[in-house]
Amino acid sequence: MNSIKFLYAAYVATWTIHLLYVGSLVRRYRRLKQDLSELKKK
Amino acid sequence: MKRAFPILATFTALALVYASYQALRVAPTDALQGDVYRIIYYHVPSAWTAFLLFFINFIASVHYLVDSNRSASRVAKWMVLAIGIGGCVVAYVTPLPNGMRPSVAATTALAITAVYFVIGKYFSGDRLDMLAVTTAEVGVVFCTIVLVTGPIWARPVWGIWWAPGDIRLTSTLVLWLIYVSYLVLRRFSNSAQTQVLAATVAVFGALDVPLVYFSIWFFRTQHPQPVIGGGGSMDPRMLHVLLISWMAFLCFAFLVCWLRYRFETMRREVEEAQVLESLLGDDRGPSAETGNPKVALNRSGL
Repeated sequence: MNSIKFLYAAYVATWTIHLLYVGSLVRRYRRLKQDLSELKKK
Repeated sequence: MKRAFPILATFTALALVYASYQALRVAPTDALQGDVYRIIYYHVPSAWTAFLLFFINFIASVHYLVDSNRSASRVAKWMVLAIGIGGCVVAYVTPLPNGMRPSVAATTALAITAVYFVIGKYFSGDRLDMLAVTTAEVGVVFCTIVLVTGPIWARPVWGIWWAPGDIRLTSTLVLWLIYVSYLVLRRFSNSAQTQVLAATVAVFGALDVPLVYFSIWFFRTQHPQPVIGGGGSMDPRMLHVLLISWMAFLCFAFLVCWLRYRFETMRREVEEAQVLESLLGDDRGPSAETGNPKVALNRSGL
Protein backbone atom coordinates (compact mmCIF):
# COMPACT_ATOMS: atom_id res chain seq x y z
CA MET A 1 0.00 0.00 0.00
CA ASN A 2 1.58 3.29 -1.09
CA SER A 3 0.11 5.11 1.88
CA ILE A 4 2.99 7.38 2.85
CA LYS A 5 1.85 10.12 0.47
CA PHE A 6 -1.52 10.19 2.28
CA LEU A 7 0.30 10.57 5.59
CA TYR A 8 2.30 13.54 4.32
CA ALA A 9 -0.79 15.01 2.64
CA ALA A 10 -2.62 14.97 5.99
CA TYR A 11 0.28 16.62 7.82
CA VAL A 12 0.70 19.28 5.14
CA ALA A 13 -3.07 19.95 5.13
CA THR A 14 -3.14 20.32 8.93
CA TRP A 15 -0.34 22.85 9.05
CA THR A 16 -1.58 24.72 5.99
CA ILE A 17 -4.96 25.23 7.70
CA HIS A 18 -3.30 26.38 10.93
CA LEU A 19 -0.94 28.75 9.13
CA LEU A 20 -3.77 30.21 7.05
CA TYR A 21 -5.78 30.89 10.19
CA VAL A 22 -2.88 32.42 12.12
CA GLY A 23 -2.04 34.47 8.99
CA SER A 24 -5.61 35.78 8.81
CA LEU A 25 -5.45 36.66 12.50
CA VAL A 26 -2.20 38.60 11.99
CA ARG A 27 -3.68 40.40 8.95
CA ARG A 28 -6.79 41.42 10.91
CA TYR A 29 -4.60 42.51 13.83
CA ARG A 30 -2.48 44.74 11.54
CA ARG A 31 -5.63 46.36 10.10
CA LEU A 32 -6.86 47.02 13.60
CA LYS A 33 -3.53 48.60 14.56
CA GLN A 34 -3.86 50.84 11.50
CA ASP A 35 -7.36 51.91 12.59
CA LEU A 36 -6.01 52.56 16.05
CA SER A 37 -3.18 54.79 14.83
CA GLU A 38 -5.65 56.72 12.64
CA LEU A 39 -7.89 57.25 15.65
CA LYS A 40 -4.98 58.44 17.74
CA LYS A 41 -4.03 60.96 15.04
CA LYS A 42 -7.48 62.59 15.10
CA MET B 1 1.39 38.63 30.80
CA LYS B 2 3.47 40.10 27.97
CA ARG B 3 6.45 38.02 29.12
CA ALA B 4 4.37 34.86 29.46
CA PHE B 5 3.33 34.83 25.80
CA PRO B 6 6.80 34.29 24.22
CA ILE B 7 7.60 31.68 26.89
CA LEU B 8 4.40 29.79 26.10
CA ALA B 9 4.97 30.19 22.34
CA THR B 10 8.48 28.71 22.64
CA PHE B 11 7.24 25.88 24.82
CA THR B 12 4.39 25.14 22.36
CA ALA B 13 6.76 25.11 19.37
CA LEU B 14 9.06 22.66 21.17
CA ALA B 15 6.11 20.51 22.22
CA LEU B 16 4.80 20.38 18.63
CA VAL B 17 8.22 19.42 17.24
CA TYR B 18 8.59 16.73 19.91
CA ALA B 19 5.05 15.42 19.25
CA SER B 20 5.70 15.28 15.49
CA TYR B 21 8.95 13.39 16.08
CA GLN B 22 7.16 10.92 18.35
CA ALA B 23 4.30 10.50 15.88
CA LEU B 24 6.43 10.03 12.77
CA ARG B 25 9.46 8.20 14.15
CA VAL B 26 8.94 6.73 17.61
CA ALA B 27 5.38 5.33 17.52
CA PRO B 28 5.30 1.74 16.23
CA THR B 29 3.89 1.04 12.78
CA ASP B 30 0.40 -0.46 12.68
CA ALA B 31 0.43 -4.08 11.50
CA LEU B 32 -2.71 -3.70 9.36
CA GLN B 33 -2.71 -0.10 8.15
CA GLY B 34 1.00 0.58 7.86
CA ASP B 35 2.28 4.13 8.29
CA VAL B 36 -0.93 5.84 7.19
CA TYR B 37 -2.44 5.19 10.63
CA ARG B 38 -0.08 7.93 11.94
CA ILE B 39 -2.65 10.43 10.69
CA ILE B 40 -4.54 9.75 13.93
CA TYR B 41 -1.83 11.67 15.81
CA TYR B 42 -3.20 14.81 14.17
CA HIS B 43 -6.78 13.76 13.49
CA VAL B 44 -7.79 12.56 16.97
CA PRO B 45 -6.11 15.36 19.02
CA SER B 46 -7.69 17.91 16.66
CA ALA B 47 -11.12 16.35 17.25
CA TRP B 48 -10.69 16.32 21.04
CA THR B 49 -9.47 19.93 21.00
CA ALA B 50 -12.41 21.02 18.82
CA PHE B 51 -14.88 19.30 21.17
CA LEU B 52 -13.27 20.95 24.17
CA LEU B 53 -13.42 24.39 22.53
CA PHE B 54 -17.07 23.92 21.52
CA PHE B 55 -17.80 22.79 25.06
CA ILE B 56 -16.23 25.98 26.48
CA ASN B 57 -18.21 27.96 23.91
CA PHE B 58 -21.39 26.25 25.14
CA ILE B 59 -20.65 27.00 28.82
CA ALA B 60 -19.75 30.64 28.05
CA SER B 61 -22.95 31.03 26.00
CA VAL B 62 -25.12 29.56 28.77
CA HIS B 63 -23.48 31.93 31.28
CA TYR B 64 -24.01 34.86 28.91
CA LEU B 65 -27.72 34.03 28.57
CA VAL B 66 -28.51 33.33 32.23
CA ASP B 67 -26.21 35.71 34.10
CA SER B 68 -28.35 38.77 33.37
CA ASN B 69 -31.26 37.16 35.23
CA ARG B 70 -30.58 36.29 38.87
CA SER B 71 -33.19 33.55 39.20
CA ALA B 72 -32.19 31.94 35.87
CA SER B 73 -28.56 32.04 37.00
CA ARG B 74 -29.48 30.30 40.26
CA VAL B 75 -31.52 27.63 38.45
CA ALA B 76 -28.63 27.01 36.04
CA LYS B 77 -26.18 26.60 38.96
CA TRP B 78 -28.38 23.99 40.61
CA MET B 79 -28.91 22.20 37.31
CA VAL B 80 -25.16 22.03 36.69
CA LEU B 81 -24.58 20.73 40.24
CA ALA B 82 -27.27 18.11 39.63
CA ILE B 83 -25.57 17.08 36.37
CA GLY B 84 -22.22 16.68 38.18
CA ILE B 85 -23.52 14.68 41.15
CA GLY B 86 -26.26 12.83 39.21
CA GLY B 87 -23.85 11.95 36.42
CA CYS B 88 -21.41 10.36 38.87
CA VAL B 89 -24.15 8.30 40.54
CA VAL B 90 -25.79 7.23 37.26
CA ALA B 91 -22.41 6.24 35.77
CA TYR B 92 -21.86 3.64 38.49
CA VAL B 93 -25.46 2.56 39.18
CA THR B 94 -27.01 2.10 35.74
CA PRO B 95 -25.62 -0.12 32.97
CA LEU B 96 -23.78 1.92 30.34
CA PRO B 97 -23.54 1.14 26.60
CA ASN B 98 -21.12 -1.64 25.76
CA GLY B 99 -17.50 -0.50 26.05
CA MET B 100 -18.19 2.80 27.89
CA ARG B 101 -16.34 2.98 31.20
CA PRO B 102 -18.19 4.40 34.28
CA SER B 103 -15.09 6.37 35.31
CA VAL B 104 -15.08 8.22 31.95
CA ALA B 105 -18.81 9.07 32.21
CA ALA B 106 -18.40 10.26 35.83
CA THR B 107 -15.32 12.36 34.96
CA THR B 108 -17.22 13.98 32.08
CA ALA B 109 -20.12 14.89 34.38
CA LEU B 110 -17.75 16.38 36.97
CA ALA B 111 -15.82 18.26 34.26
CA ILE B 112 -19.05 19.94 33.07
CA THR B 113 -19.70 21.19 36.62
CA ALA B 114 -16.10 22.28 37.21
CA VAL B 115 -15.76 24.16 33.90
CA TYR B 116 -19.12 25.90 34.45
CA PHE B 117 -18.05 27.29 37.82
CA VAL B 118 -14.49 28.18 36.73
CA ILE B 119 -15.75 30.16 33.71
CA GLY B 120 -18.42 31.81 35.88
CA LYS B 121 -15.73 32.89 38.35
CA TYR B 122 -13.28 34.41 35.87
CA PHE B 123 -15.55 35.74 33.10
CA SER B 124 -18.61 37.96 33.16
CA GLY B 125 -20.72 40.11 30.81
CA ASP B 126 -19.01 40.93 27.51
CA ARG B 127 -15.95 38.87 28.41
CA LEU B 128 -18.16 35.77 28.26
CA ASP B 129 -19.22 36.73 24.76
CA MET B 130 -15.59 37.31 23.75
CA LEU B 131 -14.65 33.90 25.15
CA ALA B 132 -17.52 32.32 23.20
CA VAL B 133 -16.53 33.84 19.85
CA THR B 134 -12.86 32.99 20.44
CA THR B 135 -13.49 29.32 21.21
CA ALA B 136 -16.00 28.96 18.35
CA GLU B 137 -13.57 30.34 15.77
CA VAL B 138 -10.57 28.29 16.92
CA GLY B 139 -12.84 25.26 17.33
CA VAL B 140 -13.96 25.57 13.70
CA VAL B 141 -10.29 25.57 12.60
CA PHE B 142 -9.63 22.33 14.50
CA CYS B 143 -12.90 20.80 13.26
CA THR B 144 -11.86 21.67 9.68
CA ILE B 145 -8.64 19.71 10.23
CA VAL B 146 -10.69 16.74 11.45
CA LEU B 147 -12.87 16.87 8.32
CA VAL B 148 -9.86 17.17 6.01
CA THR B 149 -7.55 14.57 7.59
CA GLY B 150 -10.36 12.01 8.10
CA PRO B 151 -11.00 11.45 4.37
CA ILE B 152 -7.24 11.47 3.66
CA TRP B 153 -6.93 8.54 6.10
CA ALA B 154 -10.12 6.85 4.83
CA ARG B 155 -9.04 6.74 1.16
CA PRO B 156 -6.18 4.20 1.57
CA VAL B 157 -7.82 2.31 4.48
CA TRP B 158 -11.50 2.13 3.46
CA GLY B 159 -10.96 2.67 -0.26
CA ILE B 160 -13.33 5.67 -0.24
CA TRP B 161 -12.93 9.31 0.75
CA TRP B 162 -16.28 9.58 2.54
CA ALA B 163 -18.90 7.12 3.71
CA PRO B 164 -22.24 8.74 2.83
CA GLY B 165 -24.84 8.31 5.56
CA ASP B 166 -22.31 7.35 8.24
CA ILE B 167 -23.59 8.98 11.43
CA ARG B 168 -20.15 9.90 12.87
CA LEU B 169 -19.03 11.58 9.66
CA THR B 170 -22.34 13.29 8.93
CA SER B 171 -22.82 14.60 12.49
CA THR B 172 -19.26 16.01 12.47
CA LEU B 173 -19.98 17.80 9.20
CA VAL B 174 -23.25 19.15 10.68
CA LEU B 175 -21.33 20.32 13.77
CA TRP B 176 -18.87 22.19 11.57
CA LEU B 177 -21.72 23.78 9.57
CA ILE B 178 -23.50 24.88 12.78
CA TYR B 179 -20.42 26.68 14.07
CA VAL B 180 -19.64 28.20 10.67
CA SER B 181 -23.24 29.54 10.69
CA TYR B 182 -22.61 30.88 14.20
CA LEU B 183 -19.54 32.79 12.98
CA VAL B 184 -21.36 34.05 9.87
CA LEU B 185 -24.22 35.27 12.08
CA ARG B 186 -21.80 37.16 14.30
CA ARG B 187 -19.92 38.60 11.33
CA PHE B 188 -22.84 39.91 9.28
CA SER B 189 -25.65 40.66 11.75
CA ASN B 190 -25.92 44.28 12.86
CA SER B 191 -28.76 43.71 15.29
CA ALA B 192 -28.37 44.74 18.91
CA GLN B 193 -29.49 41.21 19.76
CA THR B 194 -26.70 39.51 17.80
CA GLN B 195 -24.84 38.36 20.89
CA VAL B 196 -27.97 36.83 22.44
CA LEU B 197 -28.91 35.18 19.12
CA ALA B 198 -25.40 33.80 18.70
CA ALA B 199 -25.38 32.47 22.28
CA THR B 200 -28.71 30.71 21.60
CA VAL B 201 -27.36 29.16 18.38
CA ALA B 202 -24.28 28.01 20.32
CA VAL B 203 -26.39 26.33 23.01
CA PHE B 204 -28.39 24.37 20.41
CA GLY B 205 -25.28 23.71 18.29
CA ALA B 206 -23.47 22.19 21.25
CA LEU B 207 -26.16 19.50 21.46
CA ASP B 208 -24.52 18.00 18.37
CA VAL B 209 -21.22 17.42 20.22
CA PRO B 210 -22.49 14.48 22.36
CA LEU B 211 -24.23 13.10 19.27
CA VAL B 212 -20.90 13.12 17.41
CA TYR B 213 -19.01 11.62 20.33
CA PHE B 214 -21.50 8.92 21.35
CA SER B 215 -22.63 8.03 17.81
CA ILE B 216 -20.05 5.24 17.81
CA TRP B 217 -21.76 3.55 20.76
CA PHE B 218 -25.38 4.02 19.75
CA PHE B 219 -25.29 3.59 15.95
CA ARG B 220 -23.64 1.28 13.47
CA THR B 221 -20.83 3.22 11.90
CA GLN B 222 -17.78 2.57 9.77
CA HIS B 223 -15.67 4.86 11.98
CA PRO B 224 -13.18 3.08 14.29
CA GLN B 225 -14.06 2.67 17.98
CA PRO B 226 -12.86 5.33 20.43
CA VAL B 227 -9.34 4.91 21.75
CA ILE B 228 -10.08 6.20 25.26
CA GLY B 229 -13.02 5.26 27.45
CA GLY B 230 -14.55 3.00 24.86
CA GLY B 231 -14.42 -0.44 23.34
CA GLY B 232 -11.43 0.19 21.09
CA SER B 233 -8.01 -1.14 22.02
CA MET B 234 -4.66 0.50 21.35
CA ASP B 235 -1.03 -0.35 21.95
CA PRO B 236 0.12 1.55 25.10
CA ARG B 237 3.07 3.03 23.13
CA MET B 238 0.66 4.41 20.53
CA LEU B 239 -1.62 5.77 23.25
CA HIS B 240 1.36 7.46 24.92
CA VAL B 241 2.27 9.26 21.67
CA LEU B 242 -1.38 10.17 21.10
CA LEU B 243 -1.56 11.84 24.52
CA ILE B 244 1.71 13.72 23.86
CA SER B 245 0.25 14.97 20.57
CA TRP B 246 -2.94 16.07 22.32
CA MET B 247 -1.00 18.00 24.97
CA ALA B 248 0.99 19.77 22.22
CA PHE B 249 -2.22 20.59 20.34
CA LEU B 250 -3.86 21.85 23.53
CA CYS B 251 -0.93 24.22 24.12
CA PHE B 252 -1.21 25.42 20.53
CA ALA B 253 -4.99 25.91 20.84
CA PHE B 254 -4.51 27.85 24.08
CA LEU B 255 -1.93 30.08 22.41
CA VAL B 256 -4.16 30.80 19.40
CA CYS B 257 -7.17 31.41 21.69
CA TRP B 258 -5.07 33.86 23.69
CA LEU B 259 -4.19 35.78 20.50
CA ARG B 260 -7.78 35.71 19.26
CA TYR B 261 -9.13 36.87 22.64
CA ARG B 262 -6.68 39.79 22.74
CA PHE B 263 -7.64 40.67 19.18
CA GLU B 264 -11.36 40.61 20.09
CA THR B 265 -10.76 42.83 23.14
CA MET B 266 -8.86 45.36 21.01
CA ARG B 267 -11.43 45.21 18.20
CA ARG B 268 -14.27 46.09 20.56
CA GLU B 269 -12.33 48.93 22.16
CA VAL B 270 -11.44 50.41 18.78
CA GLU B 271 -15.06 50.06 17.67
CA GLU B 272 -16.26 51.85 20.82
CA ALA B 273 -13.74 54.64 20.26
CA GLN B 274 -14.81 54.98 16.60
CA VAL B 275 -18.47 55.26 17.59
CA LEU B 276 -17.60 57.80 20.26
CA GLU B 277 -15.57 59.78 17.77
CA SER B 278 -18.29 59.75 15.11
CA LEU B 279 -20.96 60.75 17.67
CA LEU B 280 -19.09 63.55 19.38
CA GLY B 281 -16.21 64.46 17.08
CA ASP B 282 -18.20 66.80 14.81
CA ASP B 283 -20.17 68.58 17.54
CA ARG B 284 -17.62 69.12 20.25
CA GLY B 285 -14.27 68.50 18.60
CA PRO B 286 -11.79 65.78 19.49
CA SER B 287 -10.48 67.74 22.47
CA ALA B 288 -13.74 67.55 24.38
CA GLU B 289 -13.11 65.63 27.59
CA THR B 290 -15.65 62.84 27.22
CA GLY B 291 -15.67 62.74 23.45
CA ASN B 292 -11.96 62.41 22.90
CA PRO B 293 -11.24 58.99 21.44
CA LYS B 294 -7.73 59.23 22.96
CA VAL B 295 -9.32 59.31 26.40
CA ALA B 296 -11.17 56.08 25.69
CA LEU B 297 -8.11 54.44 24.17
CA ASN B 298 -5.78 55.48 26.96
CA ARG B 299 -8.27 54.24 29.56
CA SER B 300 -8.35 50.85 27.89
CA GLY B 301 -4.57 50.62 27.94
CA LEU B 302 -4.11 50.80 24.15
